[in-house]
Amino acid sequence: MDIAWDITPDDLEALEIGANVLGTGGGGNPYTVKLYARELLKQGKRITVIDPLTLPDDALVVAVGGMGAPTVSIERIIRGDEFLHAVRALERHVGRRIDALISKEIGGSNSMRPMLAAALGNLPVVDGDGMGRAFPELQMCTFFIYGLPAAPAALCDIRHNVVLFEEVRDAFWLERMARAVTIQMGCHAAYAMAPWSGAEIKRTAVLHTVTQARAIGAVVLEARRRQENPIPPLVASQGGCVLFQGKIVDVLRRVTGGFARGEVTIEGLDDYSGEHLTIDFQNENLIARCGEMVLCTVPDLICILERDTATPINTELLRYGFRVVVVGFPAPAPLTSAQALQVVGPQAFGYDLSYRPLALTP
Amino acid sequence: MQQRIGIDVGGTNTDAVLMQGQEVVGWVKTLTTADVTSGIVTALQELLQQTSAVPGAIRGVMIGTTHFTNAVVQRRHLTPVAVVRLGLPATECVPPLTDWPEDLRELVGQATYMLPGGHEVDGRPIVPFEPQAMEDAVYDIKARGLTDVAITSVFSPVDPSLERQATAIVQRMVPEALVTLSCDIGRLGLLERENAAVMNACLRRMGRTTVQAFRQALAIVGLHAPLFLTQNDGTLMSAAYAEQYPVLTFASGPTNSMRGAAFLTGVADAMVIDIGGTTADVGALVKGFPRPASLAVEVGGVRTNFRMPDVYSFGLGGGSIITAEPLRIGPQSVGYELTSQALAFGGTVLTASDIGLAAGLAVFGAVHLLHGLAPSFIQRCVDTIGQMIADSVDRMKISAAPVPLIAVGGGSFLVPDALAGVSQVLRAPHYAVANAVGAAIAQISGEVDHTVTLGTRSRDEALAQAKALAVERAVTAGAHPDTVQVIDVEEIPLTYLPSNALRIRVKAVGDLQLPE
Repeated sequence: MDIAWDITPDDLEALEIGANVLGTGGGGNPYTVKLYARELLKQGKRITVIDPLTLPDDALVVAVGGMGAPTVSIERIIRGDEFLHAVRALERHVGRRIDALISKEIGGSNSMRPMLAAALGNLPVVDGDGMGRAFPELQMCTFFIYGLPAAPAALCDIRHNVVLFEEVRDAFWLERMARAVTIQMGCHAAYAMAPWSGAEIKRTAVLHTVTQARAIGAVVLEARRRQENPIPPLVASQGGCVLFQGKIVDVLRRVTGGFARGEVTIEGLDDYSGEHLTIDFQNENLIARCGEMVLCTVPDLICILERDTATPINTELLRYGFRVVVVGFPAPAPLTSAQALQVVGPQAFGYDLSYRPLALTP
Repeated sequence: MQQRIGIDVGGTNTDAVLMQGQEVVGWVKTLTTADVTSGIVTALQELLQQTSAVPGAIRGVMIGTTHFTNAVVQRRHLTPVAVVRLGLPATECVPPLTDWPEDLRELVGQATYMLPGGHEVDGRPIVPFEPQAMEDAVYDIKARGLTDVAITSVFSPVDPSLERQATAIVQRMVPEALVTLSCDIGRLGLLERENAAVMNACLRRMGRTTVQAFRQALAIVGLHAPLFLTQNDGTLMSAAYAEQYPVLTFASGPTNSMRGAAFLTGVADAMVIDIGGTTADVGALVKGFPRPASLAVEVGGVRTNFRMPDVYSFGLGGGSIITAEPLRIGPQSVGYELTSQALAFGGTVLTASDIGLAAGLAVFGAVHLLHGLAPSFIQRCVDTIGQMIADSVDRMKISAAPVPLIAVGGGSFLVPDALAGVSQVLRAPHYAVANAVGAAIAQISGEVDHTVTLGTRSRDEALAQAKALAVERAVTAGAHPDTVQVIDVEEIPLTYLPSNALRIRVKAVGDLQLPE
């Protein structure tokens, strides 16, 4: 593990793929964020990643990202500097310089958004995050599960409208209020939240997930370069398993409470011929069932990959006829404690199911 | 039985077939000419003569063309475009054409304008549109002498009004300008829609002259039947529509040839390779239709979000230029100049066709002109070509099990009879004109794309309503009511909005009902 390394343009390509895989169907596509990050590197800006274990205990770290609807972020693309703008607003509030930035969510586009603020503000990015994947709600993250404060937090929109939450009861309240503000801001906004200490980050973060996302992307790119199917090496490298293989035959969607909920039905092919797999999703894939048998549940990762290229298929892009392989990866340890399962386990999503870790020999 | 003519205008060959009902009555293959018209005239005259068909009895002419795709891929005949985006301060960090190949950007997109405007997802303005800023941009566009303009506004699929306002300003100040609006072409996804609009704009002048050439050719041979062009999904659009939206012809070639291959062999599940003069396309047929690409598709290195057949194209065709030491086959091609430039036709360029001829795979031209080629070199070329084909088929296969491969296209003599991973190589009757057959059997579609609020009605009701409307539109466009089927349903929930808004796109297709 390197103590510090600079992101290269090739790393960005690998990160894009890795972040999409860890997005488990949600988290938004990092493509446009990557384009801007690439442009910033071209201009000579640097994105330095540091190992969280090397953070001084009294360092000040801020989580940076975007919240809102992924459909909006592919159409109303970001301005570019709103993330750093939010960080600077927090700095002014606490009266101290921030030492490093961290992603709250390595799955999807929030994996790279801290890097934009890092390049523009000359700040390092911590190799880790608060989920090790993607989740639909703000409070579903290890920083809050393990008791870090949710305020102060800043939201900034493309017009540089800034809203500062000076004090909030907890992350649930921040989520409720931030969502209301975000809708007014056009359903997408940049956030910077709660300067935390280096000690707190080391205690609560899912560690080394930037490295993990980059490694996932590198495995996929290498297999594609050799014109081999990337899924077997991907599954092997992440200690996961293939859950199912087949063709999408139905996608049912409904929007409730602002989330894209639904279920996708996959008809088995080859070894799975004659069987059907159903996956429930709420922005991200939540539960995979084969008949009555539950194969995989949150917080374990359920990824729907295009069969030949291993390209992850976002829940919004699921469509009849796609040939897919469904793979499961075990959740990182900080998500599977009793304390964490109350927030990110199946019951937190309204299912009358208890979490059973992914059986790695299906 | 109704007679119709299908024509495929490729980079190298122009093919035409006359079909009566389900039967191929006659076919011809001629060379594409630089002026397009005379090649089509020749093909049509030969076809009419060969079949003794009466022009007045032809009920429809369907043309499939790779002209526009090739123009982008080869960077030829493209007009510089003024690219206008309305959306600031949003989108500022990713200017138009950011991810385009540099050579294409230099050729097409030197003038880009990012202006305040655009909408939020719920229809509110991002910031007010500034007509003055648009006018300033148009002064600059005018000063640069640009007359092709692409306008893209953020969330124009939800509210197209700003693109129309901006278009009115362009048309008032530069009356001769041809403006492409992104909302008329693409779907949500700003960069991909903008890319499609810019590509359409850079092809508009060529679209005009090309469609005009098609019309002229029909007039010369006395054909007055309605003229259609095939689109990327294998369905038809009127010639007038195609003139405005040439970009919609992208990838219609592979779709036509795969549909034609299925029709001609009666095999609905197989791999298909179509080798033309410049490129080869490989795809998978599933139940008689090409397997659609699941994700973003690149054309000439540019990312788009059209729904297109999942096709792998590589630079191998009858006209591929071969150089020795190191051995290179394609992607450069002599194209329609095959019969003047290739060695076997007395030219000076070694092509894949010359190798096919020298190796005894095909018969044309003057074989004695090829005596200078060493047998070992010919074998190396044949082996390399076979390997290129085997690799590309393997890449597109759906499973490891051996599958039939249908070989079509004028260059399909380059496909060896035995290939790894292929159960048998099928050579369809009329294989050389599968493309034109696919165009002749193309269907007509009706589409619905609208946003509904679920409250008073259920998702099922909204879907049923949209499907019925799509079927109705297909019939209005000329489809036979008994043959119309819904082939594509897409729902996009608009998350983070208080109401249950759902965007529904439905496509229905049916056989074209031609006037008696």
